[in-house]
Amino acid sequence: MGTKLKFNNIRKHFFGVTALDGVSFEIEEKHTVGLIGENGAGKSTLMNILGGVLLPDDGDMSLDGEAYLPSNPRDAARMGVAFIHQELNLFTNLSIAENIYINSFPNLNKTPLIDKKKMNDSLKSLLKSLDLNYSPSTTVENLAPGERQLVEIAKALHSDAYLIIFDEPTTSLTARETEKLFTILKQLRSEGRTIIYISHILSEVKHITDNVIVLRDGKVTGSSETGSIEIPEMISRMVGRESDNLFPERSSKPNNSPILEVKGLSQPGIIGEVDFSVHEGEVLGVFGLMGSGRTEMARMLFGVDSYRSGSISIDGNPLPRNSPRSCIERGMAFVTEDRREEGLLMNVAITENIGLVSLPDYCRNLVKWVDAKRMNEEAGIIGDSLKLKASDIRRQPAMSLSGGNQQKVVIGKWLMKKPRLLIMDEPTRGIDVGAKYEVYSIMDRLAAENSGILFISSEIEELIGIADRIVVMSQGELVKVFEKKDFDVTALMAAAFREAVA
Amino acid sequence: MKDRNWQRFILKNTTFILFVLLFLIFGIIAPRFLSFKNLEIILSNSSYIGIIAVGMTFVLLTGGIDLSVGSTMYLSAVSSGTLIAAGWPIAPTIAVSLLIGIAMGYVNALIITRLKIVPFLATLVTMTVGRGIGMFVTKSVQVDFPDSITLMSTVKVFGFIPLQIFIFGLVVLLAMVFLRLTKSGRQLYAVGNDPFAAERAGIRTRPLITSTYVISGFFAALGGFISITQIGRVSAGFGSGDEFDAIAAAVLGGASLMGGVGSVFPGTVLGTVMIQMIQAGLVYTAVDIYLHPIVMSLIIFFAVFLDSVRTDQLKKMERRTIMKIIS
Repeated sequence: MGTKLKFNNIRKHFFGVTALDGVSFEIEEKHTVGLIGENGAGKSTLMNILGGVLLPDDGDMSLDGEAYLPSNPRDAARMGVAFIHQELNLFTNLSIAENIYINSFPNLNKTPLIDKKKMNDSLKSLLKSLDLNYSPSTTVENLAPGERQLVEIAKALHSDAYLIIFDEPTTSLTARETEKLFTILKQLRSEGRTIIYISHILSEVKHITDNVIVLRDGKVTGSSETGSIEIPEMISRMVGRESDNLFPERSSKPNNSPILEVKGLSQPGIIGEVDFSVHEGEVLGVFGLMGSGRTEMARMLFGVDSYRSGSISIDGNPLPRNSPRSCIERGMAFVTEDRREEGLLMNVAITENIGLVSLPDYCRNLVKWVDAKRMNEEAGIIGDSLKLKASDIRRQPAMSLSGGNQQKVVIGKWLMKKPRLLIMDEPTRGIDVGAKYEVYSIMDRLAAENSGILFISSEIEELIGIADRIVVMSQGELVKVFEKKDFDVTALMAAAFREAVA
Repeated sequence: MKDRNWQRFILKNTTFILFVLLFLIFGIIAPRFLSFKNLEIILSNSSYIGIIAVGMTFVLLTGGIDLSVGSTMYLSAVSSGTLIAAGWPIAPTIAVSLLIGIAMGYVNALIITRLKIVPFLATLVTMTVGRGIGMFVTKSVQVDFPDSITLMSTVKVFGFIPLQIFIFGLVVLLAMVFLRLTKSGRQLYAVGNDPFAAERAGIRTRPLITSTYVISGFFAALGGFISITQIGRVSAGFGSGDEFDAIAAAVLGGASLMGGVGSVFPGTVLGTVMIQMIQAGLVYTAVDIYLHPIVMSLIIFFAVFLDSVRTDQLKKMERRTIMKIIS
């Protein structure tokens, strides 16, 4: 087997900040290689160079033994390199076939018209081989996230890509869809394709790859066969320190006075008869598989979605329905699952994002204008306490931050409001180990200050690591409550899968 | 399950159903409304604004807007009128007026794609400047057209299709084929859906966006010319306000101001004919003429409101149900 791809001393700087500091490694043909590292370690920059989105400042690459330097994504595609981004690059208003052929529509007998039949027929077997059982003329809008990803893969295969980069492919997939993706990855490898697999979920990397490359601060800090590197070592190479402690020690214990009380919360088809409460100083974990109704419940609690019956009260006072505003006034805060769409103003400066919810508190003067100086100062303090990695938080837009730092901004926005009850929906998704630790620390700190936290997650380990109690949801119902002493991965899983077990 | 399919059918075709309902209501109140002659008049009146609305649909599909079409109509019509008065033959003057439309569109496109000014502002400027130039040239004196032009509106193609309806049909057909069946057409939808993704997918977005404004300008000039054949003169207010009728027609036909959604047929055609039908219907049913604008706007508002409700409802229906449905 030969070398498929070789990076030699790749360097890249952005505005004086070093993103890649002499990266060199080789990828064997027909291998699946995991690329791991914290956010900001340089993975994306490196892959963007490989995919023709960015040009390196220095260094060279070779593909199949020949010099390789794509100047745009089209170049890369021509050379058989495909990049499947975390945010899929699909046009939801077009059909599967049109998405695949977007730049190379076949013409009908030399007319400028598209040969739809030829286009659709040519894809049938490809879609079938990916187990995507739709007609090629189906509009992408109607597909689930996992199916959309398969369309991206079909696109890569159709362009005859022999080196395929997957960037965090499983973040929006259900367990079953992930399983299917892995089957397809194995299939691709057996067809002789080389795969670069980027993920924060190290168990996946361990499971699916042949080799692992670790990046830290723009340098390669580890390169070995997957079989000979265990997850703790991957982590220590990523963060540069030994890390037995993935979770901070909880510094306080919950007391008995309830903050949030939910009774009989129901919405037909979504959730049914949900009862629970969150106490002062408590981190209540909510576990459930994707699609179990967790997010929907959180949205009802915060007044975003409506519900048919039941009651929600904060500190004994019932909450009005459909009013996020009064939820905020009562001290509720909501870190949503989708930080890009729902949590951040991407083009706006970091401090303004942090100050957003508290804006009314800074307009107390006669003419109601914003006391920007005081707001920026206090947002700055919050930013510092979150260890935000940014060069100028008053000017830099939220967009320019890495995923983990963006999440910190979302959390900071609510911290500024000093929340009584903080709802966090998948707050650590897609962020690196270091940032995760900091998010957990923030939860602990808030709990120590007597706030309550509702922590929704699909990673059992983190719930066990940080929560005081865990409730399990399945198919819209709350099936079981676990006390700290009963925490157990198998038991939690079994509860979440109750239908499958029964 | 069957109920659900019905619901879906109704939701997916709200505008069309409203169209049929209005048609029937007008017909019942005033049977003369249903006469063949009247229907032909409605179509004939739809032609010029419909042609402009087709051009507008192209622009809206990319997420842009073209406010300058009314001024383009005026400028190109004034130019052809002036040339005819100076003794030019008909054919070259038509060519010149269409070229002026193309030029206006190209200027819009340059301002939008090169100077990166948002379409609303860019075309607001060309709207004002365009009309300004026309007024400067004519000193805002009305321009009359000879009979040779106005007689065109009585021409019947193949002996029975009025020329303006024929041209409208042709424009619709070409636009439909272009949008549905050509590479550029499909890529236009892609650009409207996500311009950044389109760039990344290697689509050359700038020429595509440029082409939509050129098409819009060209159709505005063509629509303006059709209008002249029907009224025979151009005053300083010619075409003013038509940009909003064109936008209303496209939006009523389902085009989104955010881009990526919309069609020429049935969409925009339905929207245009519906507006004309309501206008004619109000006349036939003897509604007080001073109430026309109010009734008209209310119906359009209702249609657009219905559309937004239905989009929400459709989304809800497509949303997965989490709890097991007990059967």
